[in-house]
Amino acid sequence: MEPIRIAAQLEEKFPDSILGIMEHRGQVTTSVARTPIVEIIQFLKTEHQMNHLNCLCGVDNLHRTAHVGERFEVIYQLYSIENRILLRLKAQVPEAEPAIDSICGLWTGANWLERETYDLFGIIFNNHPNLKRILTPDDWQGHPLRKDYALKGDQEWSGFEQLKEKAAQLKQFEF
Amino acid sequence: MTKTTILDVQVADGADDKYRLKMGPQHPATHGVLRVDLELDGETIDKCDPQVGYLHRGFEKLAEHRTYAQNIVLTDRLDYISAMANNVGYCVAVEKLLAIEVPPRAQFIRVMVCEMARISSHLLWLATHALDIGAMTVFLYCFREREVLLELFAELCGSRLTNTYTRLGGVRQDVTHSIMLKLQRFVDEFPGHIAEYETLIDTNRIWLKRTIGIGQISADKAVDLCLTGPSLRGSGVAYDIRQHIPYAAYNQMDFEVPVGETGDTYARYRCRMEEFRQSNTILRQCIERMPPGPILGKDAPDLIMPAKPGRKLEFDAVAGNALIKLIDNRDLYMAGDVYVATEVPKGELGFYFISDGMGRPYRMHIRSPSFLHIGALATIGQGVMIADLIAIIGTLDVVLGECDR
Amino acid sequence: MGKMTNNLVQIEEGIKFIPGASAFVAPLNKLINWGRAGSIWPATFGLACCAIEMMVAGASTNDLDRFGIIFRASPRQADCLILAGTITKKMAPIVRRVYDQMPEPRYVIAMGSCACTGGLFDTYAVVQGADEFLPVDVYIPGCPPRPEALLEGIMKLQEKIMQEQGRWSQFA
Repeated sequence: MEPIRIAAQLEEKFPDSILGIMEHRGQVTTSVARTPIVEIIQFLKTEHQMNHLNCLCGVDNLHRTAHVGERFEVIYQLYSIENRILLRLKAQVPEAEPAIDSICGLWTGANWLERETYDLFGIIFNNHPNLKRILTPDDWQGHPLRKDYALKGDQEWSGFEQLKEKAAQLKQFEF
Repeated sequence: MTKTTILDVQVADGADDKYRLKMGPQHPATHGVLRVDLELDGETIDKCDPQVGYLHRGFEKLAEHRTYAQNIVLTDRLDYISAMANNVGYCVAVEKLLAIEVPPRAQFIRVMVCEMARISSHLLWLATHALDIGAMTVFLYCFREREVLLELFAELCGSRLTNTYTRLGGVRQDVTHSIMLKLQRFVDEFPGHIAEYETLIDTNRIWLKRTIGIGQISADKAVDLCLTGPSLRGSGVAYDIRQHIPYAAYNQMDFEVPVGETGDTYARYRCRMEEFRQSNTILRQCIERMPPGPILGKDAPDLIMPAKPGRKLEFDAVAGNALIKLIDNRDLYMAGDVYVATEVPKGELGFYFISDGMGRPYRMHIRSPSFLHIGALATIGQGVMIADLIAIIGTLDVVLGECDR
Repeated sequence: MGKMTNNLVQIEEGIKFIPGASAFVAPLNKLINWGRAGSIWPATFGLACCAIEMMVAGASTNDLDRFGIIFRASPRQADCLILAGTITKKMAPIVRRVYDQMPEPRYVIAMGSCACTGGLFDTYAVVQGADEFLPVDVYIPGCPPRPEALLEGIMKLQEKIMQEQGRWSQFA
């Protein structure tokens, strides 16, 4: 089945939740509301054998020109190993309440991808078994991949400040 | 219940008699800066919690501040063991986003360098994996062949490890006759070397005892854990992007995808050994069927160094150098998004781009196989002995540069 | 042989060997420095890309062993720290801890652009040069440096060690 037809089928099944279907360079993206995301993916996984989760990532649309939708989006890239079909879902996540349901129940591998998205964007995944920072240290301030976060960081990480102090103190004991 | 901490190890008594051990990040067998927090019941692992991020350099943030062409340099530092494959993966993705044509000769060269990278990456994997398990000699043998490939890379593009060889719409340099001759010699000799490695370890009782039945993953579990590459194929799932969604000239190549059955460390080892042979056949086909023609597409937006006879370049007057040319606001950069995956030696390397119609990516997400493989360690590592964990880390073939980005 | 002579054999400037007696005559400084320079034991501590080239330097083609350089897995047994790769802020405290665990005298080689200056990663997560929190002795440029460049860097460290004066203790 063509990806565009799967998207159309999704629209029939979840009429209120599908916000739009786009095609770019032959790849189909379906924009969805965030509430029934687990059901939608469950449907795709069982009915269309979309059993491989390629990628899960966040997007911050703050500086995007001509964008309609919420500030954050979570991208789910699904692939069917049997049918060789690629389909992308784009769940809208509002800035006021950046939270979405976790799909850890569908793929164990989604665990770390969601933690990464939480770490870098600050999007909270409900029902996640272990939602804490993964790439940056636990006491890091801010979420680096948000567009309002500077490339060099807004402030120095406290752990690194402490390290520099320690290094300066230990210097007197060098030979 | 009292607890004392001695050198990061919490020693407790009473009802909770578990040892908590932080293995890494400075640990020679964790292949870089990986830390694994273990909860041990004697020597058996009760809970395995890998910690990553010690090499998080902010690739994705940095990529948003650089042009598409400049970002090729970053991709070398992802999986630095097979930089060529990353270069190709990145360029294939950007070419799909910007709809750039690549001439056939460049496609063949890409396949060639990809397979060379695959062999050199698997060689390093075999060397370190064997070293971890205790077979020191294999390390020296593998590095001997790897050096031949690295020197070929250096002859091709000037750099051994971080190549930055591909360009948007083609490759940087044409392959010379001398490189082809040397590669031909390598291709002829390499099957003998594979047999040599197999003689060293395939009948070694220690090797067999430490790999057969260790770290077993069923096919369903492997898909559930989002494993890819040889780690997935060792479990019997024939998912190889080179055949599923062919890129470059892979659709014109004749090769098989080796698939294991048992899903243990030994099956994954066999898979990679077979991939050596398949890559070698692909290399031979590339040498035999390399088509003539240009190596860079006509509408390639990247700037290349002038070829000797008369190729004119438009210099960027402001930047004043020939290496970087920023082309903003061209029709080329249509707003939209693509996800393109390629098969790198470790597994599926995917790039997800969002273009906002500018010369720089609005968002670049890298789906790296190692990140998910280390994530899977928490599940696979449960209940095994601590010595087997080293074998499992080795067999998943992780590289932390790619994992942490 | 057999006959004792007063002819001291000069094996290096200032260091003399007494034939037949298995003894050296030299300033203590020189002897200690000579011993240290000839047996640099680096800690196995790979951070990123450069670690792969460091492995190549230790493998069959380049063979660091012939300079008396043997990689030690424990920092307690090492006297040289080769910072091979990008140092991120999350990793920096651990790098410092490994350095603090090493016995004196200890030396640091910053291998590659990232360890020297942060390289091309001018971002929120990367330390802009190891010398922000460690005393670095030798800087090796390159991204990554070739194994030969690492050898050259180690030679430079040997030269540096040979010029030291009375580095025996904190109080000397």
